[in-house]
Amino acid sequence: MLARAASSLLAQASTSAPLAQDFARAATGVLLRGYHKNVVDHYEKPRNVGSFDKNDPTVGTGLVGAPACGDVMKLQIKVDEDGNIVDSCFKTFGCGSAIASSSVATEWVKGKAVDEVLTIKNSDIAKHLSLPPVKLHCSMLAEDAIKAAVKDWREKKAKNGGQQQQQQASAASA
Amino acid sequence: MALRAAGAGLRVWRAALGSGGSLLPSLRGFTAQAEPVEEEVIEKKGIQLRGAPMYLDMQATTPLDPRVIDAMLPFMTEQYGNPHSRTHLYGWEAEEAVEVARGQVAGVIGADAKEIIFTSGATESNNLAIKGVAGFFRDKKKHLITTQTDHKCVLDSCRYLQQRGFDVTYLPVQKNGLVDLGQLADAIRPDTSLVSVMAVNNEIGVVQPLADIGKLCREKKVFFHTDAAQAVGKIPIDVNAMNIDLLSISGHKLYGPKGIGAIYIRRRPRVRLEAQMSGGGQERGLRSGTVPHFLAVGLGAACDIAAQEMQRDQAHIKRLSERLYKGITSQLQGVVLNGDPEARYWGNINLSFAYVEGESLLMGLKDVAVSSGSACTSASLEPSYVLRALGVEEDMAHTSIRFGIGRFTTEAEVDRAVELTVQHVNKLREMSPLWEMVQEGIDLSKIEWAQH
Repeated sequence: MLARAASSLLAQASTSAPLAQDFARAATGVLLRGYHKNVVDHYEKPRNVGSFDKNDPTVGTGLVGAPACGDVMKLQIKVDEDGNIVDSCFKTFGCGSAIASSSVATEWVKGKAVDEVLTIKNSDIAKHLSLPPVKLHCSMLAEDAIKAAVKDWREKKAKNGGQQQQQQASAASA
Repeated sequence: MALRAAGAGLRVWRAALGSGGSLLPSLRGFTAQAEPVEEEVIEKKGIQLRGAPMYLDMQATTPLDPRVIDAMLPFMTEQYGNPHSRTHLYGWEAEEAVEVARGQVAGVIGADAKEIIFTSGATESNNLAIKGVAGFFRDKKKHLITTQTDHKCVLDSCRYLQQRGFDVTYLPVQKNGLVDLGQLADAIRPDTSLVSVMAVNNEIGVVQPLADIGKLCREKKVFFHTDAAQAVGKIPIDVNAMNIDLLSISGHKLYGPKGIGAIYIRRRPRVRLEAQMSGGGQERGLRSGTVPHFLAVGLGAACDIAAQEMQRDQAHIKRLSERLYKGITSQLQGVVLNGDPEARYWGNINLSFAYVEGESLLMGLKDVAVSSGSACTSASLEPSYVLRALGVEEDMAHTSIRFGIGRFTTEAEVDRAVELTVQHVNKLREMSPLWEMVQEGIDLSKIEWAQH
């Protein structure tokens, strides 16, 4: 888990005393509590909550995270013939920052080409939401969700579509 | 914010000063029903609030009972002497007040006043009990026993001792949060000096079988310490009937002031322990440092009130917590009460809401001051170690909220908390991919999750 990694890194950095990890947690807790207004806004008014039919060939679904880690994100995209994302939606089990990260991700991918959204970086999302270090994994999860959704759509397309599309897909992923 | 605090402060002063003897009815709920601050928006930590949220976090701390403030006030202004001053009236009257308070603290647990030592709080009391007893018997006895669900300061004191060559058994608890007495009996060794088991758990509110543990420890000639910070003044405790040898008390968990606590140390048979603080030898040499007499007076008053009103408090709290529990569970499915449903202190209701992440629920419940576990661990992203010790699945442990109900909680607050909780859990479930999958009939445990 990234959060664990983060706190143990902090612990190593600060001191090697046995309780360093606890102190590091206490220190990061200060950051944990404060939410940037963009996070609160997306949490209170999440954009694009919902689901598409995951069997629809034009829909790509990305499901990332794990319940045991406290974060599961499902992000879906609807792609038109030209490979443009016409619609997107999400459902997220996770903290406010995870909900906000996925909400932002759906907003950003809409109207973009599938290749273009692969360039969305977790750091951009984190910056937009001013996420503290302990919450960076939320933005990483959002990036992973976008990539997983695109991958799912490509796999479906490859399965259903002709050779031409397959070539396009492999060219794009190369 | 400053304005609001000043206003609230004035209200307290007016209330405390303008009242005579029977101020209870007029003041009941004065803290909980803080007057709404009109049209003033508070912005804290990026969250906007209208007025103060209602307070349902009584395990973190409780408001001061106004009667306690009344008792304390003269000792802050007029009678400010050092209770250890022997040469003048100021010292004498301060000492007298401390001794009255000592008797009041002893009274609530059925002890003798001579067996009470004032400390800065339950953390210090726990440190003193564990490190003190272990240290005194270090030559012959190298083993201690505690439980996995005990408070951080107990566990941390034990870990400290482990690093210094002691052997510690951290007993697991059963699924209901209670200690298995058979397991405890098996864990006791000839070189065990101390068994430390928390009376009422701070996270889930279960009440350990103190009398049974005490009896067992007495039979095996092992000292029994209990961290009773969440229990004193709330459930009946009798140190003699329960064979308790050491007991930790906190002031601010029973409507007393912060910064004061006490430890009960049995005199017959005498419990010997090593002081952890060097200095002027106050408190029978066990806790050097000037006793903050006005805080001690506050703790004494709080214990006195709690002893007198325990039955009424219990009835009030039971009624409200049942109202809260039934209110929530009648409207939501997938809600689990953590900890034993019978052996519990009802002022603590720890609920897991399946498929809803606790932190996001807390963020939604901004008008209700609750927590997802203990205040000490809420900075960490780890699920509660107490819930993990109960064998609660990691995903369910991430979904818990603790509602703390107390003497000043009102029915209206509980009803509003139920309403908001139901509303936000429904909203978050609508947003939860796990909830959706469960509705579709997918077994979540069968999915291979990519662990991050």
